[in-house]
Amino acid sequence: MTRINLTVDGDKVADDVEPRMLLVQYLREKLGKTGTVIGCDTSNCGACTVHLDGTSVKSCNVLAVQADGAEVTTIEGLAQDGELHQVQESFRECHGLQCGFCTPGMIMQSIDLLKNNPKPSEQEIRVGLEGNLCRCTGYHNIVKSVQHAAAQGGAQ
Amino acid sequence: MIPAQFDYLAPTTVEEALAALGEHGDDAKILAGGQSLLPVLRMRLNAPEVVIDLGKIDSLRGIRDDGDAIVIGAMTQHSVVEHDPLVEEHAGLIHQAVEHLADVQIRHRGTFGGALAHADPAGDLGAPALALGAQFVIQGPGGTRTVEADDFFVDLFETAIGEDEILVAVRVPKHTGWGSCYEKFVRVAHQWPIVAVAATVKMEGGTIAEARIGLTNMGNTALRARASEAALVGQPATEEGVAAAAALAAEGTHPPSDLNGESAYRKHLATVLVRRAVLNAAGA
Repeated sequence: MTRINLTVDGDKVADDVEPRMLLVQYLREKLGKTGTVIGCDTSNCGACTVHLDGTSVKSCNVLAVQADGAEVTTIEGLAQDGELHQVQESFRECHGLQCGFCTPGMIMQSIDLLKNNPKPSEQEIRVGLEGNLCRCTGYHNIVKSVQHAAAQGGAQ
Repeated sequence: MIPAQFDYLAPTTVEEALAALGEHGDDAKILAGGQSLLPVLRMRLNAPEVVIDLGKIDSLRGIRDDGDAIVIGAMTQHSVVEHDPLVEEHAGLIHQAVEHLADVQIRHRGTFGGALAHADPAGDLGAPALALGAQFVIQGPGGTRTVEADDFFVDLFETAIGEDEILVAVRVPKHTGWGSCYEKFVRVAHQWPIVAVAATVKMEGGTIAEARIGLTNMGNTALRARASEAALVGQPATEEGVAAAAALAAEGTHPPSDLNGESAYRKHLATVLVRRAVLNAAGA
């Protein structure tokens, strides 16, 4: 077992974990943060996307021990005082989902995208979300949601 | 799936990492950004007893100007390389290849040196490294040595890095003012290229003075398209001027056949992509 200390959604946590434990497993199984989902297990789909020290990563492709000392934000850490994050609000407003399984990852990656490019073109949104797959093929409204969020002031 | 059990070491200096590698040898695997290694461990295609994580060695990160070359630390993330002004100005080919490597999340974690040391022939960095004549700085118990790009890629997933050594940096000779283009042919966005071509050219007037071309996924390693390189010298940057040289692109290659295409199809693709890449690089 290896001792890790990290911050998850604003809370400091410390745990002894097996080195082979994936970050997504740690979030879901140890911390109960099941908002972050496992979609493909191959690092293709992006459903498990979280922010690690402020940038988006696929949490099935990071070991929990690699997050030692880091700050992790999951979909569950976005809303503040009961208010949805703007990107969450935009996905709701534009119905940027069908079954909803890819949504946590789509939202986390959209926030990363808007942080680096506050006014993306449609093409830039599609390229920026290249690593996130929607099995329902609901991309049209997902792109609209990101455009909506950008128009509303985006990533903050 | 989850990986098989392993012990985890996170040294904070290269010397500590080398000592750990010396102690565990064959049983150990080096973890850089992990974007190739973790899928391999999860699918249990490999089950090392010890994983040595280089993530806490700060000296392996960063990009610096070294006179006639830029030096990219092995643990520098792709997204840092992608947005670095030195890379864009002096090694435009690497800038272009990294921009389209995998996807954003993978580029945030994956590292420049890790990808090159992994030596996947379908990886996007081998061909630009060959084309730019990169030099690989490798550290072992006896000190540091430098290996030229042409000698670095040995075979499928095999490089000149010894079992007791670590890739610490890559020196990329400056190609300031050279035109460059990475032409990548994929069936699905963010996947490995079926074939890709990395071309960089030095123009004098409308004529190609020098051309360097790397091929991705055209054999067990990244390769140079030497016949095309030689034939391009002195040619005008026009469709006609480039076509004959591009037709030689697959000379001497033995590309694989798989679900994405037969070997002969890849050879054809290489000629088409070399033509496009050279014309784009030449600004034609």
